[in-house]
Amino acid sequence: MHIPDGFISAPVATATGVIAVAAIAVAVKKTNKKMGEKQVPMMGVLAAFIFAAQMLNFPVVGGTSGHFVGAALAAILLGPWATVLILSSVLVVQSLVFQDGGLLALGANITNMGVIAGFSSYYIYKGIDALFKNSKAGTLVGAGVGAWFSVVLASLACAAELSISGTSPWAIAITAMGGVHMLIGIGEGLITVAVLSLIMATRADLLKLQVA
Amino acid sequence: MKSKWWIIGLSIALLLAIISPIASKFPDGLDRFAEDHEFADKAVEPAFTLIPDYSFPGITSEATATIIAGVLGTLILFGLVFGLASLLKSNNEA
Repeated sequence: MHIPDGFISAPVATATGVIAVAAIAVAVKKTNKKMGEKQVPMMGVLAAFIFAAQMLNFPVVGGTSGHFVGAALAAILLGPWATVLILSSVLVVQSLVFQDGGLLALGANITNMGVIAGFSSYYIYKGIDALFKNSKAGTLVGAGVGAWFSVVLASLACAAELSISGTSPWAIAITAMGGVHMLIGIGEGLITVAVLSLIMATRADLLKLQVA
Repeated sequence: MKSKWWIIGLSIALLLAIISPIASKFPDGLDRFAEDHEFADKAVEPAFTLIPDYSFPGITSEATATIIAGVLGTLILFGLVFGLASLLKSNNEA
């Protein structure tokens, strides 16, 4: 879902750039106060894992593939603000070093896959987890549903940016992007639940590191 | 000896990078949409390239080039974000 340069207009790139910079600034402030002994390696491991997992495109339908985003996993483990920092780092390195995602589109990509995916999954997860009285099942159901929504909502934000930029008509953009990402989101949900189950079974204490 | 949990986590990430050549070569959701609706050619070539397409330049074996790119990226991200988080932590203690 990495937008290259040329797909979005200068106003859209600027507006999403402002959102991304503001989100990163707040994220630094929020996480600054709570970063501890275990959170530091968890931040690094999540960034490394998300980068590597994003390389592993899986086929979905009709010659199309999807890939893990990882914002939901990061948000559940460390909270949405830490997620903004992790996903922003991943997206900056992907853009600068690997030419995946445009430099001018960086703000849009951070807004979609960091901010929108991170916050939406976090609050959906929180809501479902509370509904299930924070049981193991609730954590996993919330994680799966939150992860699915994170990908679908990020793809709809991407569609909105493309249509505001005049690249594609709105109706076509939301149908095409939303449709295929409803499938890709299932992959996101499965991977997120699998990783959380593994952590739950081996080091359940690592589920309680939320910084902000 | 019990390994530290984050070394296991980083090893899993590196393992994913090593198997990355098996990834689907199909275009992703956005790229497919761009191709189907004929705006893919709007994409502007990057001003400079370092390791484009997750393929380390100058290596004939495509799989090897992908693995090197993947392992490098995984280590860069671990180092960068570990460092960033350490900085935030030390700020906290100061």
